[in-house]
Amino acid sequence: MAGAVSQPNVTYAAPKRRSALAMFCLAQPLGAVSGVAILIMLFGGVFADFVAPYDPLTIDFGAMLAPPSWEHWMGTDAFGRDIFSRVIYGARTALTIGFFASLFGCVSGAMIGVASAYFGGRVDMVVQRFIDVMLSFPIIVLALVVVAMLGRNLLGGIDINLVFAIAIPIVPKVARVVRSAALSIREMPYIDAARAAGFGHMRIILRHMVPNVAAPFLIMFTAFIAQAILLEASLSFLGLGVTEPTPAWGLMLSGNASDFYREAPWMILFPGLAISVAVFAFNLFGDSLRDWLDPKFKV
Amino acid sequence: MSDSNVLLSVEDLHVHFVTSRGVVRAVEGVSYQVRRGEVLAIVGESGCGKSVSSLAIMRLLAKPAGRVVHGKIMFEGVNLLDLTDEEMRERRGRDISMIFQEPMTSLNPVLPIGLQIMEPLFIHLKMTEEQARARAVELLSLVGITDPERRLDQYPHQFSGGMRQRVMIAIGLACNPKLIIADEPTTALDVTIQAQILELMKELSRKLNIALVIITHNLGVVARYADRVNVMYAARVVEKGTADDVFLRPRHPYAMGLMRSVPRLDRPRGAKLETIEGLPPNLLDPPKGCRFAARCQFRADICAQDPALEEIEPGHLSACLRAKEIAAGEIGREQTVIEAGGKREGRAGEKLLSVTGLKKFFEVTRKTGTFSSVKSEVRAVNDVSFDISPGETLGLVGESGCGKTTVGRLILRLETPTEGAIKFKGQDISKLGAAELRPIRRKIQVIFQDPYSSLNPRMTIGQIIAEPLLVYKIVPDAAAAKKRVAELLEAVGLFAYMAERYPHEMSGGQRQRVGIARALAMEPECIVCDEPVSALDVSIQGQIINLLENLQKRLGLTYLFIAHDLAVVRHISDRVAVMYLGRMMELADGDALYAEPLHPYTKALLDAAPIPDPSIEKSRAARTLGGEIPSPLRPPSGCVFHTRCLLADDACKATIPEIREVKPGHLVACLKV
Repeated sequence: MAGAVSQPNVTYAAPKRRSALAMFCLAQPLGAVSGVAILIMLFGGVFADFVAPYDPLTIDFGAMLAPPSWEHWMGTDAFGRDIFSRVIYGARTALTIGFFASLFGCVSGAMIGVASAYFGGRVDMVVQRFIDVMLSFPIIVLALVVVAMLGRNLLGGIDINLVFAIAIPIVPKVARVVRSAALSIREMPYIDAARAAGFGHMRIILRHMVPNVAAPFLIMFTAFIAQAILLEASLSFLGLGVTEPTPAWGLMLSGNASDFYREAPWMILFPGLAISVAVFAFNLFGDSLRDWLDPKFKV
Repeated sequence: MSDSNVLLSVEDLHVHFVTSRGVVRAVEGVSYQVRRGEVLAIVGESGCGKSVSSLAIMRLLAKPAGRVVHGKIMFEGVNLLDLTDEEMRERRGRDISMIFQEPMTSLNPVLPIGLQIMEPLFIHLKMTEEQARARAVELLSLVGITDPERRLDQYPHQFSGGMRQRVMIAIGLACNPKLIIADEPTTALDVTIQAQILELMKELSRKLNIALVIITHNLGVVARYADRVNVMYAARVVEKGTADDVFLRPRHPYAMGLMRSVPRLDRPRGAKLETIEGLPPNLLDPPKGCRFAARCQFRADICAQDPALEEIEPGHLSACLRAKEIAAGEIGREQTVIEAGGKREGRAGEKLLSVTGLKKFFEVTRKTGTFSSVKSEVRAVNDVSFDISPGETLGLVGESGCGKTTVGRLILRLETPTEGAIKFKGQDISKLGAAELRPIRRKIQVIFQDPYSSLNPRMTIGQIIAEPLLVYKIVPDAAAAKKRVAELLEAVGLFAYMAERYPHEMSGGQRQRVGIARALAMEPECIVCDEPVSALDVSIQGQIINLLENLQKRLGLTYLFIAHDLAVVRHISDRVAVMYLGRMMELADGDALYAEPLHPYTKALLDAAPIPDPSIEKSRAARTLGGEIPSPLRPPSGCVFHTRCLLADDACKATIPEIREVKPGHLVACLKV
């Protein structure tokens, strides 16, 4: 048609319709790798009974301190127990405690944070000073105090009090972060609209504020799983966490391992590696999740 | 016009953005020229490509998504697109400078403004510290900042919005550029400040022979200051010509519609606004043929073809296939008959809402030193009284910080008044507790300004509207709620299927309709509309105003309509109240207030408001109100307006004027009336 708007001669490949998962993997390759690592750990932990070649508790004095071989991939410990199997069962312990401690810590922290921001004023003041006090304890000291005070309380093979001990230091940190996110949401007109509609406090907090802090919550939840795993390993190493003979990574580093690590370095190498990989994977995954959920990074 | 006079020439510019959702063709085949010392306005609604085309000139498109795929940008005979980054950097700030919309965020808060003005001088002109300082002082006085020596060392937070925009202009002028591109330079400013800034820019452009490209959506601004106008729609220029051509003889139906859909202060108030129905097309998948066809009232079969931008008369181009018919007066002449706005009958009897002596003071702590601070009060609302009859609309106008929004929030009881009474149907609600307030909250609802943040992003439209229905048990169950949601969506001009969508899937105008539906769900009697249209595009504004008026008629609603746009307020309001620094200045019947403003502040406001008609605008003397709005922390003594008032004398500084009835129904707070 004469004189109509010219069309430059450029063509673009048709936009591919990709799933959200594929988009995540493309934009956050490190996140994808760490996600796979987490899935492998999860798989190992859940199906440990089928994956592990040996029973983690069976003592075999015929194979004490055996170096890594085709029979024992990661060698054996001072009792002849298969380290590979113990690392796999250890994943179950670490992930269970890490998951529940982080879940408990983050949920309570988020509720305190949102409520503190929503009510503001004196409530906020009191809650925040209490959080300041909590934050002034080193995280490990706080956990030690809680373990010492509560003692042990086994439920289905997990020490519930250990979960609490690990969760409690998480609470103030999450409350702080969630509060600041909630403070900005509190000022949004849609919260005013809900107040003007005469909705109750519970409804406004649960229905209108909480879903909008879901993104920072999710990020912290993954990152604090790493923290919880690390804390569980530390407490177990100090003899205050998981006890023998339960396979746990921190525990595997203490006891006999410290006597024999010169002759049998595999005894500390593999559990140590497991802790590092787990913590690294959850931290990386949390980071990528943050970048991914942040609209500023979206093209 | 000799060719050597052309400073900037954009030829067949195409800009594309590659996004994960596809390719957005943001600018298509745009060509225009800017001559030395000329003011060109680019007008259009959001997303039409007006800002993108000028960012392309500065080569500041967001990379890597945005790219110029075709075209030339000739600046003084050099194609800017061929330059290296280094060469381009030399031109930016020196030959071409840019002024942005947000004066609050375009200055660096941690650097004194003097340094920010001097920076381009060091870089481009290699000035010494002394020279640069002298030039900075000169520039600040040029843009009308008093005591420039001292102010050079101050930080941006010590300047008001209007002052910051002046500083931005000073930075823009620093290296004597030949071209300034101003992207919505006054949109974030108040009416009286806007007039000052525009007046300044126009004067400077004339005095220093600088070409000015103003990008705006405000037609009034264009009429007053532009020599030539480009109207853009959906990535293309649809009409261009001199300001007189475009305003007095628009030849593209979109431009014609735009002119008609703004309420105007210089015309009798119509009963209904003419609007352009529908929404602009999605540039990810633009329609074939004329892009405006879907919304055009003159659409014909021929419009399935792509229209070219063609000359209708010398220098006046339109991209409409029926432009000749429009020019010949065959179509478009027959304006839809607008019935004059009905005479407003006073409503006697019981008042629905009555506010007396309302005050709200916020306590703030102001730092005076590292370890010292003083407590002081911001008198956001100070002694405001008015009442509203059932079915009436009271307009509340004023500039930012005048307390109009706080009045709305007090009536909604989102804030508790410091003093005063708010009577709703005779019951004082100013001190009620949460439980007693609940039944009243249903009756007073709200529509907010920003359609982007007033809807919870995590809820679907259906959930948002159904929530109050279920909470207040207005409907028995979820199925009934769904039915009611569908009815409400249709009542506000949306479709029932939209209930499944999330807010981010809708446009600004659609979201504002959802906000209205949410308010209506409670079956309120009174709605506080807090700037309900100021965040919307011109053509959408008209739609929303008409919707509000229809709903008022049908449901007998009462509105408190808070806005800063005088023309919009006049159109919709029965009576209008003017506020300044927390106090009410004038309250009168809408027509009376605009025809015969009594308070000097009201007069100044009306003078500052631009009218979209170049012949009227250019004949109006520039009567800008000088000075700044004082801080509400330290309001002036006596009459708060005396610092800017032309009539003020010593009595005004001493006595706070009582608001009194000067004529029946016309209240003024001024000693000189």
